[in-house]
Amino acid sequence: MSDTPVDTSKRTWLIASTCAGAVGGAAVAVPFVSTFQPSERAKAAGAAVEVDISALKPGEKMTVEWRGKPVWIVKRTPEQVESLNKTESQLADPASERKAYPIPAYAKNQHRSIKPEIFVAVGICTHLGCSPSDKFQTGAQPSLPADWLGGFLCPCHGSTFDIAGRVFKNKPAPDNLEIPPHMYLSETKLLIGEDKKA
Amino acid sequence: MAEFKEISPNASAGEKLLNWVDNRFPLTKMVKEHVSEYYAPKNFNFWYFFGSLAMLVLVIQIVTGIFLVMHYKPDAALAFASVEYIMRDVPWGWLIRYMHSTGASAFFVVVYLHMYRGLIYGSYRQPRELVWVFGCAIFLALMAEAFMGYLLPWGQMSYWGAQVIVNLFAAVPFVGPDLALLIRGDYVVGDATLNRFFSFHVIAVPLVLLGLVVAHIIALHEVGSNNPDGVEIKGPNAPKDANGHPLDGVPFHPYYTVHDILGVSGFLLVFSAVIFFAPEFGGYFLEYNNFIPADPLKTPLHIAPVWYFTPFYSMLRAITSEMMYVLIACVLAGAYFGAAKTNLPKVIKAGVVGAAVFVSLLMLSIDAKFWGVVVMGGAVVILFFLPWLDNCAVKSIRYRPDWHKYMYGVFVVNFIALAYLGVQPPSPIGERVSQVGTLFYFGFFLLMPIWSRIGETKPVPDRVTFTPH
Repeated sequence: MSDTPVDTSKRTWLIASTCAGAVGGAAVAVPFVSTFQPSERAKAAGAAVEVDISALKPGEKMTVEWRGKPVWIVKRTPEQVESLNKTESQLADPASERKAYPIPAYAKNQHRSIKPEIFVAVGICTHLGCSPSDKFQTGAQPSLPADWLGGFLCPCHGSTFDIAGRVFKNKPAPDNLEIPPHMYLSETKLLIGEDKKA
Repeated sequence: MAEFKEISPNASAGEKLLNWVDNRFPLTKMVKEHVSEYYAPKNFNFWYFFGSLAMLVLVIQIVTGIFLVMHYKPDAALAFASVEYIMRDVPWGWLIRYMHSTGASAFFVVVYLHMYRGLIYGSYRQPRELVWVFGCAIFLALMAEAFMGYLLPWGQMSYWGAQVIVNLFAAVPFVGPDLALLIRGDYVVGDATLNRFFSFHVIAVPLVLLGLVVAHIIALHEVGSNNPDGVEIKGPNAPKDANGHPLDGVPFHPYYTVHDILGVSGFLLVFSAVIFFAPEFGGYFLEYNNFIPADPLKTPLHIAPVWYFTPFYSMLRAITSEMMYVLIACVLAGAYFGAAKTNLPKVIKAGVVGAAVFVSLLMLSIDAKFWGVVVMGGAVVILFFLPWLDNCAVKSIRYRPDWHKYMYGVFVVNFIALAYLGVQPPSPIGERVSQVGTLFYFGFFLLMPIWSRIGETKPVPDRVTFTPH
């Protein structure tokens, strides 16, 4: 190190200009980081989708795309609706109390839907975003318990959901499947992405 | 500035040219420092092939990558077809593509073996800590590079693999969902994601990777290579010849350049065999589901990452809400040990206990999903700390207590078991085994300061063990 005494006024100015430079550098980073955000086009692509469910038979599922995500519409059989009573005790959040995925008020019930038999949900696992597969057949099968009553199984990490998309206890997924805002335009016409209050 | 060197007018044109350059750029000096007069221990064995092989694979990846970019289209609507176009219509395109895809797996094979070498011979020990730290950073960059590259073919596994990994970031409390949105650039993995991953894969990460490789080698050549005996050949007491060169060292060129040609030949033999006879390698190098174009509405029935990520993926899957209680017990036990069995000052002890209670509360209040991500990240990050965790009196496995060999053996078996479980569909037994495996993996590192001291070491020789042949 040199023996020259520190020129304090020079040092003050060096610190001040370095700070000013750092602020400028950080400010330039803002537009660069901002480009990572969804573009205006991506934001605009989130319009509501109209679905005709007249052809859907009990026990069947159809999938439509909304905001690039799969949205399921399941017409549940009476037995499937009945099974919701039996799964209750094995669920992590049977009454949909958790707030991570806000659930519309009209679906905050046991069957998590407007009509008990028609179930509408975003088909994306709340764990890491895989799309669970249908396991409507009851009874023992690979990766499922012997007393399986029908529901969904996520192939990625083995989370299981009952037929109302409610997650079972001790599974990687923390939350029930997301229920998108939706409303009936008529008996057989569903609008996904919008509801009356919106 | 160095002294300007005059050369005899009778010198050859080549010598004159070299002299001209040397007066302006340290060419001869650098070649001497890093190649012809870089002394490496003369007792290198099989394990020392993998450093140079990693460089070779890096070059293969860069060259094949440059040619692939000439035909590939980073567009969600065109990407899958453009890869098939390279495979079918571009002359010899299939070869370049298979070299690149096999090269990715080969890179990890070589790097895992290279890291294992460092582990058993204590190559991370003082004064080589930074060599190891730069190496770990290379490994991390390589994982990012491989992950983003895997999205580009835009097949089912590309798509859903990216979906899962990006959603890992969404598990971070408070900022998670916004962070995931920022990474994807859309509400789901889509065209925006593909474009930015392409940019990172071909420009950003390779630049970082190259910088880190240079830092890794500069650091290595500063401190000198370790060897299977863990004996310092350049230390103040090491025997040297009249010129001050270590007696136990040989110049890298020609001795190890020729030696490495053998390694390269063996490697290329295996590498070509895979490219020509088994480029998909039974679904391990190129997964079968990735030959189906990405479908955002349908997840394949079984998704697993490519083999090199599976040990870490297993650890992610092992963290369930049940497992959290075990982890909390581990944290509290660690704090109890710190407070009751050590001689730390009271303030630090109180801090340790307070931190443990705080972490336990966090562990109870935040989802297991987030902690799964923490564990997976921690499994890589913990490698960086290895130089400061190992307290054994000797470096090399050759002179460590015998039971250390079993410890390393179990570590390798455990790592392979985790890798195997990571490719399997989830099952209750697999989950238990991977939970035990995860605890062992972390126990191996976190308890290393204690266990590495236990047992009697063997005497380390003054000179490296070497039999001329």
